[in-house]
Amino acid sequence: MSDVNTAMVQKYRNDFLKEVEENVEEGHWVKMCMQCGVCSGSCPFGPDWAHPPQEIFMMIRAGKRDEVLTTESMWMCTSCYNCIVRCPRELPITHIMHGLANYAHRLGIAPKMNPTRRFSIIFWNNITKTGRVNELALSLKLYFMDGFMSGIKNAMAMASVGIGMLKTKRLNPFALINHKGVKNPKQLHVLLKKAREIEDRRKGIAS
Amino acid sequence: MSETKTAAYICKGCGIGDRLDTEQLAKIAESEGKCSLVRRHDFLCNADGVNTIRNDVDSEGVTHVVIAACSRRAKTDAFGFDDVALGRANLREGVIWVRPDTEEARETTQEMADDYLRMACAEIQYMKQPEANQNAGANKHILVVGGGVSGMTAAIEASKAGYGVLLVEKTGQLGGWAVKLHKRVPDREPFADPQDTGASDLIKSVDHDKNITVFLHSSITRTSGAPGQFSIDISAESGETVTENVGSIIQASGFSNYDANQLPELGYGKSPDVVDQAGLEQLAKQAADGPIKRPSDGKEVESVVFVQCAGQRSDKAGHLPYCSGHCCNTSIKQAMYFKDSNPNVDTMVMYDDLRTPGNGEDFYRSAQRKGVIFTKGKTQQVSPINGQLEVKFHDMILGEEAVATADLVVLATGQVANSGVDIEQTTTLDVEDEGAESELPAEDNTSAVEVPVESILNLTYRQGVDLPHLRHGFSDSHFICFPYETRRSGIYTCGPVRRPMDIAQTMEDATGAALKAIQAVENAVLGRAAHPRSGDLSFPTFRREGCTQCKRCTVECPFGAIDEDEQRYPVFHESRCRRCGTCMGACPVRVISFENYSVDTVGQQVKTVDMPDEFDEKPRILVLACENDAYPALDMAAQQGLEYSPFVRIVPVRCLGSVNTIWITDALNSGYDGVMLMGCKKGDDYQCHFVKGSELAHYRMSKIDDTLQQLQLEPERVETHEVEITDIQRVPRLINEYAAKIEEIGMNPFKGF
Repeated sequence: MSDVNTAMVQKYRNDFLKEVEENVEEGHWVKMCMQCGVCSGSCPFGPDWAHPPQEIFMMIRAGKRDEVLTTESMWMCTSCYNCIVRCPRELPITHIMHGLANYAHRLGIAPKMNPTRRFSIIFWNNITKTGRVNELALSLKLYFMDGFMSGIKNAMAMASVGIGMLKTKRLNPFALINHKGVKNPKQLHVLLKKAREIEDRRKGIAS
Repeated sequence: MSETKTAAYICKGCGIGDRLDTEQLAKIAESEGKCSLVRRHDFLCNADGVNTIRNDVDSEGVTHVVIAACSRRAKTDAFGFDDVALGRANLREGVIWVRPDTEEARETTQEMADDYLRMACAEIQYMKQPEANQNAGANKHILVVGGGVSGMTAAIEASKAGYGVLLVEKTGQLGGWAVKLHKRVPDREPFADPQDTGASDLIKSVDHDKNITVFLHSSITRTSGAPGQFSIDISAESGETVTENVGSIIQASGFSNYDANQLPELGYGKSPDVVDQAGLEQLAKQAADGPIKRPSDGKEVESVVFVQCAGQRSDKAGHLPYCSGHCCNTSIKQAMYFKDSNPNVDTMVMYDDLRTPGNGEDFYRSAQRKGVIFTKGKTQQVSPINGQLEVKFHDMILGEEAVATADLVVLATGQVANSGVDIEQTTTLDVEDEGAESELPAEDNTSAVEVPVESILNLTYRQGVDLPHLRHGFSDSHFICFPYETRRSGIYTCGPVRRPMDIAQTMEDATGAALKAIQAVENAVLGRAAHPRSGDLSFPTFRREGCTQCKRCTVECPFGAIDEDEQRYPVFHESRCRRCGTCMGACPVRVISFENYSVDTVGQQVKTVDMPDEFDEKPRILVLACENDAYPALDMAAQQGLEYSPFVRIVPVRCLGSVNTIWITDALNSGYDGVMLMGCKKGDDYQCHFVKGSELAHYRMSKIDDTLQQLQLEPERVETHEVEITDIQRVPRLINEYAAKIEEIGMNPFKGF
């Protein structure tokens, strides 16, 4: 745990807003929101969010650090970009949502069982392993992420699709072991590690 | 003019000749219209046609001219003969364009045209070519009351146009509120930072202007006279009084701050750290771009909350119901005072609706960039706790009660107009005292805000010492159509006395008012009317022997143009008159008239219409239409080819206020089946060009039921409508619906008597 994680945040002061500005991708845009609510109204998942974007921006200004960083709301974003297109103040809302989710995840306080978060972790691990996505491995991992039985169930449900893909040569079962990655994945890992170090240092997150 | 010679000219252009029997029209003009000269012309508004009329006037001695062609609103340049009495029979817009070109319609269309020609002939028989007001004053100086931004701007603008200005300021210093400000909201690109107020430059230009005479420590203790000849007493604090003469007056008396002591729930008075916007300007001036210190202990302010709409936009007792327009921008500016000296100061603006007029949106964005935080919330309470201020509010985005703490709280209170005495309240009392007949019921004027009631102009007018107010204590002026006009001719208002506004709007306003004041003196010198009958030379006169001293005219004149003498006879101030004729409509004994507009000029038109027999099934409906909005709407309906009933006969009137009830009773007595009145919108958001005319007419017509009952007629036989100039589709529909209704009710039984 980092020290920012336990920092005291005063309500309706600028402390948390400043933290967001410094640590969240595109976070410096949050103060520019004029609370018109067009983003919330435009979001296809709007009604399913506990806190739509407009509210999240207000919560940041109100200093509700815990509520913002532990909410599932921004994990609901599907990157349709409707809010960005419509925002009269031209806030990159989609990016801010991802930035917030990422920051919460990096602090280790993002909701553990959030499906989007879990998928993201599986995807990240998959792609960084060889530098290219192993689609078959990714699918299997996803099917079985809630245990063996549900994995079998998921696989059965998708069986006809899988067979169809097999028949039309869109799926190669040997890719599971014979996946082609980038030429030198070791070097990629070094590169990613360095990037993470720089980011952590900048954001004050202890790795 | 010794001898009267009437000539009628019938135009055959624009299809009039094809659709109508002009020969018959010519005969009517000759026999019934008593025109000694009747000419028909193929194209009357061309050079040849106009020259024909010109020659007849010059060489044949024609004094009265009837032009039977298009609407009186069309071809006014070609037919603008200003040396003869002129009547226009509206055969184009009034007849052929609103009737179908069919065989069945031919007869009724011709009847319409015949009647309009008769009416025009009847009208001019009772008309004289007006001669300008002989009592005109010639003073072209302009008095500006108030030495704030609005007053100084008006003075400078009038001076630049070459007019001498007297500038009267109550305090010992020019500049008003502006000199008390640290900086002002920006008025130029990039609208990002507060800028210098510019007040000192304004003061310098006033001081160096040879056309402007400044009276400091002075106020107006008496105003009498009329445009072009006002006489003013300017009294200094020392007691010394000088009398000056001016041609017109600009009242730029500005605003007072709303008294924040009425907001104890917001902590004002409970802690010195709760200030209003003016209080913060003072702190900022002391700090002079350095860190602002709070008043209680001189600690540098680290957090500040701005409470918007403090005591305004609220229907609570004692609060202002309106938005003062400038306060959002002002709070943004004041938040920048803090952010510009130290970006780490927490500044929060608590707003309900943020309204940033002008280029305020850029300014708003700039404040956000600087880190000013905006919270949409309703402040409920501010209380001092442990050396800090606790702000309790409802967060309207998160939908919850919340608390913020701050070192300083700034209340954005509103502007209260310095509009002097609310004469409507004082004069109502007068009227009750003397038992005079005021036709309008006293309005329930329970204004929530008490303003200092010291008269500003001290007018010696019969109707009261100050300009009439409209709503919320602001002086009455139509905010869109005629912004600087007041209900006292030659006196104009500008700046926040008219409506709440900021410096940029005020300067624009003051420039406009200066131009109006210049127009007023120029018109007054020539003995002509000012807006809206600008250039009109006629003025009302009254027959003293017939007057019953009932005082209706003096009470009801919307412009306070009529005073009373000791015997309570009306005293007309021609130069103050706007020529609406409201006095003429009010007069129960019909002794008031204009040379070219009188009870007779309209009454004879009404009577001259050919009244068909009861069994002809041709009803007649009289429409008295206001020439400002209703008549143009009818003309435009005709231009669009909309049709209406051939049974109406439309008479334009200067204002519905000039409609004398005798016209209505005469019309019904002589067999009209219905009377329609069309005037402008009335009420607080009136469109009446004479402010009160339409309202008075509606009130008078609501009383006409008694008369109808006496005549044993249905109340539906008289209808009053509010019509806007844009009601082009609606006006013909109104007429047709009314015609159908009349058909239902049946014919007027008085026909043929």
